[in-house]
Amino acid sequence: MNHPVGYAADSRLRWTEYLPWIVAIAVFFLLPNYLSLGARVLTFILFALSLDLIVGYAGIVTLGHAAFFGTGAYVAGILSAKLGLADPILQLLAGASAAGLLGLVTGAVILRTHGLAQLMLTLAVAAVCLEIANKATPVTGGADGLSGVTVAAIFGQFRFDMYGRTAYLWCLALVFAGWWLVRRLIYSPFGASLTGIRENRLRMQSIGAPVYLRLLTVYTIAAAIAGVAGVLLTQTNQFVGLNVLGFEPSGELLVMLILGGVGRLYGAFVGPLVFLIAQDYLARQFPEYWYFGIGLILVLVVLFARGGILGISDALLRRVRGRT
Amino acid sequence: MDALLSSLVSVAFHGVAYGMILYVISVGLSVTMGLMGFTNLAHGVFAMAGGYILVSALSRFDLPFPLALALSFVLVAAVSVVLERLLYARLYGASELEQVLFTIGLIFMSVAVARMIFGTLQQPVELPESLKGPLALFGREFPIYRVFLIVFSSSMIAVLWFGVERTLWGAMVRAAVDNRAMAQAIGINTKRLFTITFAVGSGLAGLGGALGAEIIAIQPTYPFEQLVYFLIVVSVGGMGSLRGPFVAALLIGVTDTACKYWLPQFGAFFIYVATIGLLLWRPAGLFGKSA
Repeated sequence: MNHPVGYAADSRLRWTEYLPWIVAIAVFFLLPNYLSLGARVLTFILFALSLDLIVGYAGIVTLGHAAFFGTGAYVAGILSAKLGLADPILQLLAGASAAGLLGLVTGAVILRTHGLAQLMLTLAVAAVCLEIANKATPVTGGADGLSGVTVAAIFGQFRFDMYGRTAYLWCLALVFAGWWLVRRLIYSPFGASLTGIRENRLRMQSIGAPVYLRLLTVYTIAAAIAGVAGVLLTQTNQFVGLNVLGFEPSGELLVMLILGGVGRLYGAFVGPLVFLIAQDYLARQFPEYWYFGIGLILVLVVLFARGGILGISDALLRRVRGRT
Repeated sequence: MDALLSSLVSVAFHGVAYGMILYVISVGLSVTMGLMGFTNLAHGVFAMAGGYILVSALSRFDLPFPLALALSFVLVAAVSVVLERLLYARLYGASELEQVLFTIGLIFMSVAVARMIFGTLQQPVELPESLKGPLALFGREFPIYRVFLIVFSSSMIAVLWFGVERTLWGAMVRAAVDNRAMAQAIGINTKRLFTITFAVGSGLAGLGGALGAEIIAIQPTYPFEQLVYFLIVVSVGGMGSLRGPFVAALLIGVTDTACKYWLPQFGAFFIYVATIGLLLWRPAGLFGKSA
């Protein structure tokens, strides 16, 4: 696979890297009716970024990334609905720390195994989280979900308005922060060692790289970022349901990332954008065909277009440049 | 005292029946993973398909039960050959991530298809009269269908073990699991071997899904919900082996039944915790060869 982003590459911003932010700000002013969808897309971009960090860069295949997303979502929801803590920043910090801690503890176990056992353990962790959320009805609301989430104004100044403008900008700010962090990480020596582990774990071990420690670090960071994304989902929807946990959200997130392109940083932007807009239009009208469609897309991407949408556009660009 | 004894017997009995089903479904996964190194998360799809075939053969077409069972094996095996040749074979050398994504894609598609054809409701199984009701054994009463499950699965497993341990095909499979390149070098047609083994494994999954339709509910979310269990059986047992998953499946069947009976509020916690502990102790599984 061709990975254009990494330690060896030029770390200065290219002009294309301004595009997502220009588009995001343009959407805010030009499409005021789509801001709630926009906030959802931004939330999943952040979630996909965290997944790209571990799947795309560190090469850890996980089926349970929703565990951290769900932890963030539930922590924020419980703080607000059950304990009356409505401050969005505190919710954010609590959600991120809880998810990060879960990432650290489960990662310490999961990353000792590999292959099938690792895959199964990531799935098992998410299944345990789902089981807890389902059974602990007094705290989590169980299958009915957790409603009555209130969110205070950000810094005491910016209220979450009914048009979703504050929510959109709040999500945008956090996606920006997450993007900045992830980008710094992958262009750093730390990011280079992750790529090294992905490409050849044994060789990294023999040159003395602390493989396990590196993987555990990145797993924890990714978990915390996914937790932030979960908190954002709770804050914008003011509701938490069981569907934030388990295998299906993890699978869908993988679909988004793969659709955009794995290990490319911006695949995590393109994938959720395309996926969620398509979902918004198609899923309500044809729910069965929608599921069939995302399955088909996955199969086709794996068989024919392993770089996803960005991979295809890269190849097209190269062809155009080659001719002129 | 007697109440405790009878609940112990009942848990052991139902647990063994459940474990047998888990084994019949998962053994194919263990062998294909050990043989081809292919992470086939869509294995549960075959089991679900077997269940749907049995249910519709019984209720829509009024076929006799043995024929319905046979159909669930044959049809699933036949479809899996097509899938293997057309799709799976292209990804034998691919990375784990690609195989995982590809098979998740298959799960999504099959869930959608199942929902389109059968709806979201759980499918009821119409057992023949001869398999309904209790059976008196050693002064206790057991549901006759579960007894049938245990006896039938045991004989299937015996046939399978005989096939793998005592026939030429089994010797070739074992050789290819141990060292594929060497097996190929001495003239074993591994491509055909893969296809046949894949078909047998998938067919068994279909049969297991059909047999267990009364225990593991047949509904469109089946491949998602049961996936963890199949993966636990294979990774705890050790992939590539026959005996490992058998022990693992029985352990899980009995433990899961016991937990649901005595500690229903904890659900499947204990299974997961035990699995994690076990894999920390032996990362390659109980009977797996450490890599």
